[in-house]
Amino acid sequence: MSAEMNIARARMLLEGIPGVTLSGEGPILTVETPVDQFAVVGAMLKEKVGCLFFAFLTAIDHKEAGLEVVARLDNLDSRVCVMLRTKLGAGNTRCPSLFAIYRGANWMEREAFDMFGIVFDGHPDLRRMLLPEDWVGHPLLKSYAVDTPYPPYR
Amino acid sequence: MIPGVPPLIGSLIMGSIVLGFVVGLVAYTTLLERKFAARMQSRVGPYRVGPHGLFQPIADGIKLLLKEDLIPTSADRTVFNLAPVVFLIPCLLIFASIPFAPNIGVADLNIGVLFFLAVSSMEIVGLFMAGWGSNNKYALLSVMRAVNQIISYDLPLLFAALVPVMLAGSLKMSDIAAAQAGGFWFIFYPVLGQLGFLAFMIAGVAAENRTPFDILEAESELVAGFRVEYSGMKFGLIQLGEYAHVLGTSFLGALLFLGAWAGPGPAWLGPLWFFIKAMLMFLLFTWVRWSFVRIKVDQILAVSWKLMLPLTLALLIVTAIVIVMRGPAV
Amino acid sequence: MAEVRAIDYTGSERLTMNMGPQHPSAHGVFRAILTLEGEKIVGVDAVIGYLHRCHEKLAENLAYVQYPSIASKTDYVAAMSSELAYVMAAEKIGQFEVPKRAQYLRVMVNELQRVASHCLWLGTWCLDMGGALGGGTSIFLYCIRERETVLDLFESLVGARLLYGFHQVGGVRYDPSAGWAAQCRATIDTIEKRLLEYEQMLDDNAFFEARTRNVGVISSALAQDVGVSGPLLRASGVNFDLRRDQPYSSYEDFDFKVPVETEGDCHARYRVRMVEFRESIKIVRQALDRLPEGPISSRPGVKSLGQVRVPKGEAYARVEGPRGEVGCYLVADGSQKPYRMKWRGASFSNLAVLPYILPGVTVADVVAIMGSVDPVFGEVDR
Repeated sequence: MSAEMNIARARMLLEGIPGVTLSGEGPILTVETPVDQFAVVGAMLKEKVGCLFFAFLTAIDHKEAGLEVVARLDNLDSRVCVMLRTKLGAGNTRCPSLFAIYRGANWMEREAFDMFGIVFDGHPDLRRMLLPEDWVGHPLLKSYAVDTPYPPYR
Repeated sequence: MIPGVPPLIGSLIMGSIVLGFVVGLVAYTTLLERKFAARMQSRVGPYRVGPHGLFQPIADGIKLLLKEDLIPTSADRTVFNLAPVVFLIPCLLIFASIPFAPNIGVADLNIGVLFFLAVSSMEIVGLFMAGWGSNNKYALLSVMRAVNQIISYDLPLLFAALVPVMLAGSLKMSDIAAAQAGGFWFIFYPVLGQLGFLAFMIAGVAAENRTPFDILEAESELVAGFRVEYSGMKFGLIQLGEYAHVLGTSFLGALLFLGAWAGPGPAWLGPLWFFIKAMLMFLLFTWVRWSFVRIKVDQILAVSWKLMLPLTLALLIVTAIVIVMRGPAV
Repeated sequence: MAEVRAIDYTGSERLTMNMGPQHPSAHGVFRAILTLEGEKIVGVDAVIGYLHRCHEKLAENLAYVQYPSIASKTDYVAAMSSELAYVMAAEKIGQFEVPKRAQYLRVMVNELQRVASHCLWLGTWCLDMGGALGGGTSIFLYCIRERETVLDLFESLVGARLLYGFHQVGGVRYDPSAGWAAQCRATIDTIEKRLLEYEQMLDDNAFFEARTRNVGVISSALAQDVGVSGPLLRASGVNFDLRRDQPYSSYEDFDFKVPVETEGDCHARYRVRMVEFRESIKIVRQALDRLPEGPISSRPGVKSLGQVRVPKGEAYARVEGPRGEVGCYLVADGSQKPYRMKWRGASFSNLAVLPYILPGVTVADVVAIMGSVDPVFGEVDR
């Protein structure tokens, strides 16, 4: 299936869901969903649009506007790239997990938890990934200064 | 052995000479191996300590003596301390049964080959003690593999060594050497000699834990295997034992297949020829070691039980048939 | 907070073994807590983060002109690909023009880096399988000898052997000098000849085959699900190469083959990388033959921190590094520093496949598999 057909299919499937907005041009499609539809849309993209390749999942801290979780899924055969985004909203740190759909989300979500404090519902083993288990704080948040002292490391 | 001296004193003197010779040889064999490996890898090897690195083994020995002797807290002290000794003794004892020339040697037993092979496989006890006494999972894992492997390969080694024994008709080492006099080395014996030599080489490499069968140390997986907790001279003793064992097998191979001390020139050059042939065998082992990656333990055991054992048994049976058909006058 | 551990440590004959961060064959600082039953692995808990240097936080505090030299420290074995991902992301957002000569230089340098990286891969893999005192060392030293010649090339081009600082937003920083092209041609001719030697040593080697055939099989579904990329993906049957399918930096001008194998075991990954060696050499030759004249950067003479400002926007730029898809997701806010940078390391996703393929293999296979996955922990931990 070519890229255009895949994108057309995705648009058809996803435009009906309340709260989902699509944008983007060419083979890059950006899908913005509300928080509770995150995993649902992810599953739909995998099964119906054929986005089998899980590139990455990360988060962005928009200060007052809250956190945003971004995932990138690809359909390698037809070269379609989908950026799946969801805004968690100010003060919210919970997000549905994509682990049941994409196994690559395992480590990526652990890292997002480690760096931003986002708790992924449905993740089997949410521990810190890169920092030691006893670290306090979530460094990539904008509220965490670069030179925060942390004995004995700093 | 030495005329005019009571046999006990004579054996003691010969024993000390052979022991000193072996220990010195082992030290310089490590240098030989390092230089040989270096040339295979387009580099030079030890170069700075003494002319062309000739004092390197001495420097290494002094270093090992001066190192701190570490014993892990939770290790079984008696077993841990005794293990290098128990490992070393059989590896040096095998040299007692090798005659270096007719009438030169510590003891030329009537059952020489049997003694050699039996004693050399006793090193497993020392090996296991080292692995167990270290109280370390890596050591235990490696030693479990080693016991498996050495026991499996001692049988094909024995059968391969029996081929020249049967051809010579005696277990006494000097008889086997005498049967090869005149240039009829057993390796030149049609088919049987070559196959026997090949089987001896393969089983020998495996029984000594050399690459490609060196899962015992498996440097990159088990980080030195059973030796991982040893430091200082205890480690030195283990190294000594290992190299002594390899050299012993090389000497045995040279004696069984390459004609021992037969060679051009006067009879007193015999030990020199023997030494050169043993070194050739050693270099063969080393060449194989530095060329191949290692295979897994289940594949090693499969090779032993499914391939080597049936083949060496078959070889032995064929040798027996050939001997019977050749008639009594060998 | 979910504290459910997905590994069952109970069982009578089970042994928990730590393949700790200090280990000769861990390829860097990596800790695998293996649960063994005899020699077979039944559970793996991979602990990473020993090399975490907070690249993503650093990028928010360093300007666009400062960060490319730091970017090379993620995948330090293939530093050129790492830098390229970052500068490409910045150029994508800002729509900066990159002159043709710079693009060809980037291609050349990336392919040379691939050759050097694969040399290291082959050497260390054989070293792990053959032992530091054994046949593996011989191949290791031969491969390092070849890699040194490529690093000499880089030294005469950039001045550094391992971590460069060659790329900048808008182009590259250094132009090859007069004799560089001849030196380059001589180097790749020698390497191509020596490749034959390695293939002769390994291709029909029964020991090598016994260690690598049917070991560590990754199915294509698992590979895509986890996000495995690069030679691992192509060895599992997925015909995808960023250089051919989503070309960047003038890769569409070059003619090269993309190897694909279907078995997905270590030997397939070996075959894929050996073909990639030769294809990279082909690309370098083509680039040398057709190198256009012109400026090497659209923004030369960067003299102050604030000189490169990227307008508001975001982009995800990816590069086919020797280990797979190295990506940089950049969110810019108009100033001289990024707002957010996410580094998608190829080895991070490649390593994530280990808990799914290790159960059921023996300890010896772990070493062969780790070597064929070829992780670099700068990318994993960032």
